[in-house]
Amino acid sequence: MNELRKIQYNCRKATYLIEKQQIGRITLREKLELKIHLAGCSICKTFQRQSIVINHLVRNLFQSTERADVRLDDEFKRNLQQRINQNLDKN
Amino acid sequence: MQIAQNEAPSLENRTLHPQSWVSKHADYLYSYALARINDEEQARDMVQETFLAALEKADKFEGRSSERTWLTAILKFKVIDLYRKNASGFAKSTEQGTPEGDQDFFDADDGHWNNQHRPKEFGIEQSDALENKEFQRILQLCMKKLPSLWLSVFTMKHMDDEATETICSELKVSASNFWVIIHRTKVSLRSCLQKNWI
Repeated sequence: MNELRKIQYNCRKATYLIEKQQIGRITLREKLELKIHLAGCSICKTFQRQSIVINHLVRNLFQSTERADVRLDDEFKRNLQQRINQNLDKN
Repeated sequence: MQIAQNEAPSLENRTLHPQSWVSKHADYLYSYALARINDEEQARDMVQETFLAALEKADKFEGRSSERTWLTAILKFKVIDLYRKNASGFAKSTEQGTPEGDQDFFDADDGHWNNQHRPKEFGIEQSDALENKEFQRILQLCMKKLPSLWLSVFTMKHMDDEATETICSELKVSASNFWVIIHRTKVSLRSCLQKNWI
């Protein structure tokens, strides 16, 4: 019970378990501990919600930079294609 | 399973066309690199290196994947290589290189949130956050502030969904350090978002 008491009030450990649970496995005991903590800690619940949103955002970041018209400048591209063509000629 | 017409490897897809690489793939590869290394100059160099490396191993292209997939795989390898270089220049300790000095998120004794880092509502719904350009811009700025090893670990996991064991062995991070980094990165990113968004 002492261990359970500890996590009940320990936000550091709770957020650690929240992160671990999202991408890996946590033990049954840890699940129980986390559940008890979250039942009494609305701050860590907010953390959990936001953490999930951040994961979604990061996953989509590449798609959104691609959509956001990230472009190389034309001069760089011209030079690059020239370099490729030169190397092609060598072979 | 039915394969869409344009995904089936046609004869056209089985050969490389370096003459049109830049016009067809350069912007795509640049976005890919920029999302992962967050540095325009390095991303540009990496696109260039990718094409040049691809030319050298063009004879190894078997047409099993599309030209773009093949080029992206070469780029991906280069990104990880850069991560690895950054990681080895970085002290193995995760305690060093805390962004913006050694700010502590939790009370050292009882593990409670310290005041200035305590999560508050962002006031934005998940679906809106995913579409909100300003929110994304701030997230990217916050990612830039992370120590390079943290950013590498975080990106490989959350953007590319690499296996934890792969990340640990590529970047020479122990399993327990991996989880510490994953945790601290998220707590730190979230705190930075809160500071700059609300």
